[in-house]
Amino acid sequence: MSPRRATSGGRIDRLRTIHFTFDGAPCTGHAGDTLASALLASGVTLFGRSFKYHRPRGVLTAGIDEPNALVTVLRGDVREPNIPATTVEIYDGLVAESQNRFPSLAWDISAINQLAGKLISAGFYYKTFMGPAIGPLKGTRFWMLCERFIRRAAGLGRAGRAADPSRYERMNAFCDVLIVGSGPAGLMAAASAADNGARVILAELDARLGGSANWSGEIIDGMPAAEWAAGLAEGLKAHNNIRVLPRTTVWGFYDGNTLAALERVTDHKERLGKGEPRHRHWVIRAKKVVLATGALERPMVFPGNDRPGVMLAGAARRYANEFGVLAGGKVALFTNNDTAYHAATALQKAGASVAAIFDVRANVSDAMRNLASDAGAEVHAGHAVVGTEGSRALAGVKVQRFDSTNGALSGESRTVEADCLLMSGGWSPAIHLASQAGGKAQWDAELQAFLAPQAAGNWIGAGAFNGSFSTAEAIAEGHAAGLAATGSKAAANDDLPVADAVAGDPAPASVFEIRANGKSFVDFQHDVTAEDVRLAHREGFVSVEHLKRYTTLGMATDQGKTSNIPGLAIMAEALGKPIPEVGTTRFRPPFAPVSVGSLAAERYGDIRAERLTPMHDWHLEHGATMYAAGLWHRPMVYGDPGETIEQSYVREAKTTRETAGIVDVSTLGKIAVQGPDAAELLDRVYTNMFSTLAIGKARYGLMLREDGIALDDGTTWRLGQNDFLMTTTTANAGKVMQHLEYFLDLIWPELKVTLTSVTDQWAGAAIGGPQARAILANCVKETPVDNTALPFMGIVHGRIAGVPVMICRLSFSGEMAFEVYCGADYGTRVWQALMDAGKPFGLVPYGLEALGTMRIEKGHVTGAELDGRTTARDLHLDWMLSKKKPFIGSAMMDRNGLATPDRLQLVGLVSLDSRALSGGAHVVEELDEQNPHGSIGHVTAACYSPALGKYIALALVKGGKARHGSRAFVSDPLRKRFGPVEIVSHHFYDAEGSRMHG
Amino acid sequence: MLITCPYCGPRDVSEFTYQGDGNRQRPAPASQNLDAWNEYVYERLNPAGDHNEVWQHSGGCRSHLRVVRNTLTHEISSVAFARGHVAHRSPAKRGTKT
Repeated sequence: MSPRRATSGGRIDRLRTIHFTFDGAPCTGHAGDTLASALLASGVTLFGRSFKYHRPRGVLTAGIDEPNALVTVLRGDVREPNIPATTVEIYDGLVAESQNRFPSLAWDISAINQLAGKLISAGFYYKTFMGPAIGPLKGTRFWMLCERFIRRAAGLGRAGRAADPSRYERMNAFCDVLIVGSGPAGLMAAASAADNGARVILAELDARLGGSANWSGEIIDGMPAAEWAAGLAEGLKAHNNIRVLPRTTVWGFYDGNTLAALERVTDHKERLGKGEPRHRHWVIRAKKVVLATGALERPMVFPGNDRPGVMLAGAARRYANEFGVLAGGKVALFTNNDTAYHAATALQKAGASVAAIFDVRANVSDAMRNLASDAGAEVHAGHAVVGTEGSRALAGVKVQRFDSTNGALSGESRTVEADCLLMSGGWSPAIHLASQAGGKAQWDAELQAFLAPQAAGNWIGAGAFNGSFSTAEAIAEGHAAGLAATGSKAAANDDLPVADAVAGDPAPASVFEIRANGKSFVDFQHDVTAEDVRLAHREGFVSVEHLKRYTTLGMATDQGKTSNIPGLAIMAEALGKPIPEVGTTRFRPPFAPVSVGSLAAERYGDIRAERLTPMHDWHLEHGATMYAAGLWHRPMVYGDPGETIEQSYVREAKTTRETAGIVDVSTLGKIAVQGPDAAELLDRVYTNMFSTLAIGKARYGLMLREDGIALDDGTTWRLGQNDFLMTTTTANAGKVMQHLEYFLDLIWPELKVTLTSVTDQWAGAAIGGPQARAILANCVKETPVDNTALPFMGIVHGRIAGVPVMICRLSFSGEMAFEVYCGADYGTRVWQALMDAGKPFGLVPYGLEALGTMRIEKGHVTGAELDGRTTARDLHLDWMLSKKKPFIGSAMMDRNGLATPDRLQLVGLVSLDSRALSGGAHVVEELDEQNPHGSIGHVTAACYSPALGKYIALALVKGGKARHGSRAFVSDPLRKRFGPVEIVSHHFYDAEGSRMHG
Repeated sequence: MLITCPYCGPRDVSEFTYQGDGNRQRPAPASQNLDAWNEYVYERLNPAGDHNEVWQHSGGCRSHLRVVRNTLTHEISSVAFARGHVAHRSPAKRGTKT
């Protein structure tokens, strides 16, 4: 028999023994135990070492608010640190370890930190390690020296390095009513909402529904509260309109009643069921939310309140009633309110001896005195605990007379023997979700607690969340909330379950701290003492927000669930202000830690969408090295065996200029602009005229943004009177579409135009070079392609390999070139037909590198030059700015700042040391490789030019045009490149365009 | 946050693209009034409270919508199609909450 297991009682399965290990030692518990209850039952008192001082710590709470008993749970090689032992359900084979101790939990070398307590009080790190190095032991440099040791000594559990093999899931859910919490209030709300036909989700963070009914020990409708709750929960299953989510923490309350929840699906299981994820992340959109989240008990602050064996009274009550576990054999209690008396009853019934109850209040009600006397406990009103004795377990408590009106201690202190001290500093409603939803917490002076603001949104509170601490109130409010959430009202004669309990006064005495000698802990997890809070005040931290950051109070993984209010009360006292004037910090998501895996779920690895052109497979089959251009995958080069990338693109570009080359241009943005006002719209968005364009002709166009900066360029083809096909650069396709839609919807709704993105509907190939026309003549049917039928910028319709195609004669490479478009599904067929037709001529496919090379040689701009800072003038495209009409950007493009002569302008660079230039390199005037300075611009694109036999680049250089013929240097220190260049015109090759005009 | 698109119904905000302050008044296309252009292109209202905004249902019907959203609570009080609701309004009411 376990030393602390009661002989009967609790909702554990005594017939099933579970075997697990803690710090390597074999342990047992029963099905239904948490790790904390099982270890307590085995007589374990020491659960961990504290964060800063390495003080021995036991278990303080019985739930998610636990600051002390943090453990690491191991599954295979995967370590999950910092899990409260109070929330771990045991299973056969569970392996758990204590944390922050070396070499062992019982003998921890860093416990010596306790003696250095004065040195590492609040602000220790700021004072010691921040700022300039003054003397040998100060400043940031000192930190860098010490960091490794401090990181090892301070802190929490250690994360593992093994990849997490678990699977996580995401779920979206919609409901009429989401009920958070399944205590009496939540269960009643769920039942009445479901009875009204609403779609209900009931989320409970524990494994078992029932909340306080599981541990109150009260009687509801003539039966134990836990049985009543189990019966009601069972009844809910009969409804098909309710989804019950146990082990689910609702951790975020966002706009529009969107709530986030974490369901721990299999953490309690030895083995996962087929297809089961570890955790499931829920996004729940609820029309109404019922918050029945209960309340969290607060500790009292007094010296030695962190010694193992000191526990919250409500937690001990829960261990006794729900798990059949005694927190101690000989129990003392210390309280400022009535609830501790119920804990005394529970402990006595479970078999503990209750020595005494120390109550800070001078007057204790007869009802409570009767409870105490039934429990065999002596009541010492007007007394306080001023110290605790023992080392790794409690041996006794020191008490003294106490006046709750002024906080004064009097008389001699005496020691009472006890192995367990239960404390209660009152209860704080768990208003975290309401606070996240936007409501500002309001202080209730009677309850000494912050309450959620009423009517602050689409939620309804019920039970202890509202500060209604009795079960009878919880039942009534839950019932009313469930009805209100479904649009009906509770009636006075509704038949409600009757709760039978000794009524206590819900209001605690306004005593949070007993000031006596010794360390009194406020935030147990971050080792923040009452003295730290006062030190922060003395050092000038008066705002509660600053207090929190300076002392780190409430910033540990428990987010101050037990410590916020005591800390605030001590600060308020130091400031001489009432608590509501000091205010409280706003709660933010998450309410409790959330596994990152659940947020990512299936989204890991490379999660970008992939866009493939219709000819993608052909490219791969023909040796293309692919390149990610945005989401698109495009051929970079089609390398021959043994070629470098540079050799490949030089060969491709050279062959294109000498005979012919073909490139996949399916990625270009394509927008069908159609309607009676299509030409008018184009006139307004392009800087040049389109209404004058003849049907069957294309024109190069430039668009500006409203601020006069260049947006995008491309050709637009007039296919009919009211039918245009606009092309954009690959990168800007989406942006241009949105730009046009914005103007049509908001600025010019009177224009009759429809826009359709047809990027994915057309496959495109550009074929260029001296033999390009001959190749087309070889395969195009139903239309001639000679100079008369297909002049520069002309469009013809014909067929290739039986497929209808549209051919426009335009050139990006600078050669005589044609863009051939066909339906996307026929892309490969047409491409292959072009390749076959070109074979006798030596046609080669070329990739992005050769495309870039030829456009650099021609001085054409792309995204690298249209960088959101350049104007049409900067790019020497001012010949395209119509003076006959206003267009988008025309009013702003002439501003002084956009017309100064020293703006960055497009130029060409020629490498003078026959070495490659690189994009992003700076252009500088002075020969000073060691200390490059005075940038006059930067390189936007660079290549080896087979046409010129030189390394060349395009660059944006201050006052660029005026510098033609002058020398400068490129500086690229990261790639260790510095060298001379000549600044030239960006038209490197065939400036007159004789080749493309043929 | 949910935006109720008049075509598509209530949809998650991730389907929408924010398209800026809906109070902006574009000067007449041929206007040479640089101050007016400057205000239109660069000036934005940033009220703490109800704000007239333009959103595009870019992941849905692609309509531009006029949305009145409370910047403090994210509460959306009205959604309407932008198209047809605005021409060239006079730029008189800037600086006031609408």
